Amino acid sequence: MKTTVMLAAVAAAGLAASVASAGTLDDVKARGVLNCGVNTGLVGFGAPDANGHWSGFDVAICRAVAAAVLNDPNKVKFVPTTGETRFTALSSGEIDMLARNSTWTFKRENDLKLTFVGVNYYDGQGFMVRKDLGVNSAKELDGATICVQTGTTTELNLADYFKSNNMKYTPISIKTDAEGKQQFLAGACDAYTTDASGLAALRATFEKPADYVILPEIISKEPLGPVVRQGDDQWASIVRWTLFALIEAEEKGVTSKNLDEMAKGTNDPEINRLLGSSDNLGSMIGLDKEWAKRAIAAGGNYGEIFEANIGASTPIGLARGLNAQWNKGGLMYAIPFH
Amino acid sequence: MADTDAFFRTEMLPPKEPPLSQRGVWKWMHENMFSSIGSGALTVLGILFVLYVLASAFPWFAHSVWHADSLRQCRDIVHKTWGPGTDGACWAVIRANWNLYLYGFYPMEQIWRPNLAFLLLLVALSPILFSRLPRKMIWFSACYPALAYWLIWGGTLWISVTIMAGFAVGALVLRFLGRIAGTALGVGGAVLGAVLWWLFVAAPVATALADIVPLHLTFVPSDKLGGFLLSFITGMCGIGFSLPMGILLSLGRRSDMPIIKTSCVLFIEFVRGVPLITLLFTASFLLAYFLPPGTTFDLVLRVIIMVTLFSAAYIAEVIRGGLAAIPRGQFEAADALGLDYWKAQRLIVMPQALKISIPGIVGVFIGLFKDTTLVIIVGLLDPLMGISNAVRANVAWNGVYWEPYIFAATIFFIFCFGMSRYSMYLEGKLKTDHR
Amino acid sequence: MSLAGEQPKRAFRLSMLVYDSRYRAYTIQVLFIAALAVLIGWLVNNAAENLARLGITPDFSFLWNRAGYDISMKLIHYTNDSTHGRAALVGLINTLFVSALGCVTATILGVVAGVLRLSKNWVIARLMTVYIEVVRNVPLLLWLLVIYAVFTSVTPSPSEFRGTHPKAEMWFWGSTAITNRYVALPSPEFFRSLGNVDLGIFKVSLDLLALIAVIVAGVLVQRALRRRATRIQEATGRRPATWWAPILCILVPVVALLMLLGFHLDDPRIRGFNFSGGILAPNSIFALWFGLSVYTATYIAEIVRAGILAVSKGQTEAAHALGLRPRRTMSLVVLPQALRVIVPPLISQFLNLTKNSTLAFAVAYPDLGATLGGITLNQSGRALECILLMMVTYLAISLLISAVMNAYNRAVRLKER
Repeated sequence: MKTTVMLAAVAAAGLAASVASAGTLDDVKARGVLNCGVNTGLVGFGAPDANGHWSGFDVAICRAVAAAVLNDPNKVKFVPTTGETRFTALSSGEIDMLARNSTWTFKRENDLKLTFVGVNYYDGQGFMVRKDLGVNSAKELDGATICVQTGTTTELNLADYFKSNNMKYTPISIKTDAEGKQQFLAGACDAYTTDASGLAALRATFEKPADYVILPEIISKEPLGPVVRQGDDQWASIVRWTLFALIEAEEKGVTSKNLDEMAKGTNDPEINRLLGSSDNLGSMIGLDKEWAKRAIAAGGNYGEIFEANIGASTPIGLARGLNAQWNKGGLMYAIPFH
Repeated sequence: MADTDAFFRTEMLPPKEPPLSQRGVWKWMHENMFSSIGSGALTVLGILFVLYVLASAFPWFAHSVWHADSLRQCRDIVHKTWGPGTDGACWAVIRANWNLYLYGFYPMEQIWRPNLAFLLLLVALSPILFSRLPRKMIWFSACYPALAYWLIWGGTLWISVTIMAGFAVGALVLRFLGRIAGTALGVGGAVLGAVLWWLFVAAPVATALADIVPLHLTFVPSDKLGGFLLSFITGMCGIGFSLPMGILLSLGRRSDMPIIKTSCVLFIEFVRGVPLITLLFTASFLLAYFLPPGTTFDLVLRVIIMVTLFSAAYIAEVIRGGLAAIPRGQFEAADALGLDYWKAQRLIVMPQALKISIPGIVGVFIGLFKDTTLVIIVGLLDPLMGISNAVRANVAWNGVYWEPYIFAATIFFIFCFGMSRYSMYLEGKLKTDHR
Repeated sequence: MSLAGEQPKRAFRLSMLVYDSRYRAYTIQVLFIAALAVLIGWLVNNAAENLARLGITPDFSFLWNRAGYDISMKLIHYTNDSTHGRAALVGLINTLFVSALGCVTATILGVVAGVLRLSKNWVIARLMTVYIEVVRNVPLLLWLLVIYAVFTSVTPSPSEFRGTHPKAEMWFWGSTAITNRYVALPSPEFFRSLGNVDLGIFKVSLDLLALIAVIVAGVLVQRALRRRATRIQEATGRRPATWWAPILCILVPVVALLMLLGFHLDDPRIRGFNFSGGILAPNSIFALWFGLSVYTATYIAEIVRAGILAVSKGQTEAAHALGLRPRRTMSLVVLPQALRVIVPPLISQFLNLTKNSTLAFAVAYPDLGATLGGITLNQSGRALECILLMMVTYLAISLLISAVMNAYNRAVRLKER
C-alpha cells in the first residue's frame, strides 16, 4: 500500500522513473500497468467511449497482453498516438507496445529498429466514391480529386497506383477523420482512400451509407499488426505468442465461454499445451502456465474479438475475408504451440 | 402717415422646433450614420451584411433541438417539427456529452474535485485581481497550486504539503543565512536548501505523514484529463509560471553580465522564432530522448512546461518594452537611495514596468489560452478537435460537425473577452498619470 | 583626488567573490555557465545513450531518398519521384507563399478595420468592434476549420459546370471557376515564349524575368523624370506635367512586350471529373490565406488604431495652422509619426502570421509542417531529424524578419539625446 501510494504520487508528479531497463517485462511488472499505444480514435479499432473506457479490435490485443502479463485486462494505460508520434513513442520507451493499425513494412522494421510481432488484420487500401458518380472501378478515376488520410502508407500506395496505371489525380491530404469526412461529404473530393476497413468504418457513420460504394480494387497489401521495440526478444515473444494464442484458440474452438471447461484438460494435446493444463509453455517466456488462458479470457479468441468490434453484427460490418482462419480460406495461421 | 400703427412685438416668439434632421433620433442618425454619401453607403452596406448573416444563420439556430439521444433522432425531430428538408442545430450533442467536454474522461464520481478546484481558483485569484480584499488572502493564493494539484490528480495530500514546505525551507534559509552572510549567499543557500529538501527529505516525510494521517484521494492519471479542464490546467499553469519566468528573462536580457544576457537573448529569440507546434512536437517526440533511459515524463506535464517556456519568452519581450519605457531617472533615483539590485527592481522598477506592460501581458495570456487547443497534435484531448473526435467516435453522434465548434468558440470567447476587459479595467485603475 | 589615491589597496580575498560587487558578477556568471554546461552535457549524454541503445544514429540522408508521395500544390516542379528534400522545399515555398499573401491582405484589412473602428459612423464602428472582438477572442484553429468547411459547402462542385446547361456558372467571361475543390484560373501563356532558365533547384521563366526587367527599367526612368521635374520646379517654380510618365514608361513597354511574346490566357475547361488547363489553386490555400488574414487583421487593426491615437492632436492642429491641406497633413505629419509606433508591432504580427501558418494542417494545405513534419516524417520515421530541420527553418525565417525589423527600427528611431 505504502509503495503504491508513493508510486502513484510520484507518477503524478511526472517522474515515472523505472528501474534501468532490465527488460520490458520486468518494467511492466514493476509498474503494474501496460502502456499501450493506440489510435486517437478510430471506431471499431480503438476509441474511448464517453466514460473514457477504450474498446476496439486493436485495444483488445493490448488487453489480452495485459491479462497475460499482469493478470488483469484493465491494467492498461492507453496512450493515444497520432501517425507522426506512434513510432517515436515506442522507440523512446513511452509505450511498451503499439497496437494502432500500423502496416508492417521493410523500412519500418529495419530502418526504425522495430519488430512487428505478427499480423492481426490483413488490410488493403481501397477507394470509396459516391454512387451517383457512376464509377465502378478505380481504373476510371483518371483526373479525380482524391482525399487521402495521411499518416499511413496511403499516400505512397496512391501515388504508385496512379503512376503504374498511367493516370493523373489531385491529392487532398487530410489529417483527421472528421475533416476528411466533412470534405468528402461536401463533395470536395471524388474519392476517399484509406484502408478498406477504415472505409467501411467511415461509411457506417454516414447518414445514407447506401449512397456510397467501395470500389472493388484493393491497391495495396496492408498487413497491420502490433509492434514492439527491437532488442528485447522476450517481450517480442510475449506479444507475438499472445496474438498467436488468440488465433490458435479460434482454430481449436476455444472460446471465452468454454474456456474454463477446456482448461481442465481435453483430448487435444495442443489445447492442453496452450491452456497450460499439460505443459508449462509460459515459463519459457517469463510468464506462468495460465498466461494464454487469461489472454483468451480477456476478450475471447480472435474470432470473438473480431465479431465483437468490427464484425458483421457491428455498425462497421466487416466480413472476415482474408482474416478468416487458414482452413476457412483466410490467412490467419497461428504457429503451432509445441 | 403719422397714424400708421407701428407694429412691434412685445414678447419673444417661442423657439421653433428644430428641423426634423436636427432632432432626436433623426439628428443622431444624420450625424452618426448618414453624415456623407460615402458614410451612408457604408451604413447601408453594413446593415445589409448584418441582415444577410442573420437571415442565413437564424433558421438553423431557430430549429435547435436540445433533447435527443442521437444525431439521427435529432434530425428526425427537426424534420417532424419544421417539415422535411429543414436543417437545425442539434445541441443535444453538447448536453449528452457535457461532462466529456468539460472534464474529458475524468471519473464521474470524482467530478466534485475539479469543480472544487475551480471554485477555489476563483477564491485564490480574487485577492490578485481585486485589491480591496484583505491582503492575508494572498497566502491562500500562494498555497493554491499545491492544493489544486492534489485535488485534480489525487494521491496523498502530503506530497503537495512537503513540496510547498520546500519553499518554506528556502524562505527560512534565506532569512537566517541572509542575516548572517548577506543576500547573495542567502539566495544561494535558500535554493540549495529547497533542492536538498525536495530530493532527500520530502519523499520520506510525505510517506511517514501519509502513514499517520492518510489524507488520500483516488489517484487520477493525466490521460483522464481532457476538454476544458485540460485547457484550463495548461492555460492556468502556463500563465502562473510564465509570468515570473518572463520577468526573470527580461531582467536577464537587460543585465550587465554578458553571459547571462547572451543566454537570455538566445533563449528568447529561439522560442519566439519557432512555432508552438514544433515545441509541442518536441515535447511529445524528443524530450524522452533527452532524459535518462527508462525515464518517462507525464505528457500533460511536458506540454505545460513547453507552453510555459513559450509564453515566458513572449512575456519577457513585453516586459522589456515596459522596462524600456521607464525613464533613466528612476533607476538613478533607486541607486541614489542606496537600494540594492533586487530591492530596486522590486520596489521601483518592476511596479512601473509591469503596469505599462499589462495590456501586452494579458494579450500573451489570451494567446496562450487559445493555443491550448493545439495540444491535439500530440494526441491530447483538447476541447476543440480532440473531444469532438471522441464524441464522433460514438456511433450515435457521428456526423455532428458545427455544434461542438460553436460551443467551444463560445466558451473561449467568454473567457478571452473577459480577460481583455479585465485588463482594460486594471489599466484604467492603475493609471496614475494626469492627462 | 588625493583621497582616492590613498585608498588602501586590499589584498584579494576569497570572500570578495561574493561580497564585492566588482567580482560578484564574475562569480554569478561562472556559476551560471557551469550549471548550464552540466545541464546541456547531461541532456546530450542522455540523448547519445538513448540513441545508442536504440541503435539509431541521426542521419539526414533520407532527404535524398525518393519521396513517393504527391503534393496538391507546388510552385516548383515536383513529382512523386522527387526527393524528400525537394518535398520539404515545396512545403517551405508554400509556407512562404501563403505567409507573404497573408501579410499583404492582413495589413490592408487591418488598416481598413482600424481606421473604420475610429470612424464617426456608428454602424460601421460597431461592426468593426464586433468583428475585432469576436475574431481575436476565439482560437485561430477554430476559424480555419470553420472557414474551410464553409468554403467547401457553399461552392459548387466541378461536376455542376458540366453539360450544355450547367448548374453553376463561371466568372469573368467564362475564365474563372470557383469550385469546392479549387479555384480554376486562366493561366498566362506565350506563343513565342523565351523558355526557362534552369537554376539547378528550380526553373525560372525567362518571360517573367523579361517582364520584371521592363517594369524595373520603366520605374527607374519614371523616377528620373520626376526628379527632373522637381529640379525644374525648384529652379523656375513651375512644375512640368508628369502625369504621362507612368503610362509611357511602364504601361506601354509592358503591353508591347506582352504582344511581342504572344501573350494569351489559357482558360480552364471542364474535362471528366475536373477542370484542366489554367491554374487550379486548391481551396486550402484560400481558406488558410483568408483565415490568417482575417485573424491577424484584428491585431493589426488594434495596432493601427493605437498608432493613430498616439499622434497628439496638437500635431494635426499645428499642421492645419501652417496651412497644410488635410491630405497633406495626413501624409506629411500624422502618418510618419504613427508609422513609427505602428511598424515594430506590425512586423511582429507578420512573424506571428508566418508561425501561425503551421496550422495549415487543419485545412490540408501542404506547408512545411505537412510535407517535412508530416508525410516525410511519417514515411521515414525520422522524427528527430525532421523536427530539428523544421525548427531551424522557422528560426531562420523569424531571425531574418527580426533583422529587417531591427534595421527599420534603427532607421526611423527618434534621434533624441
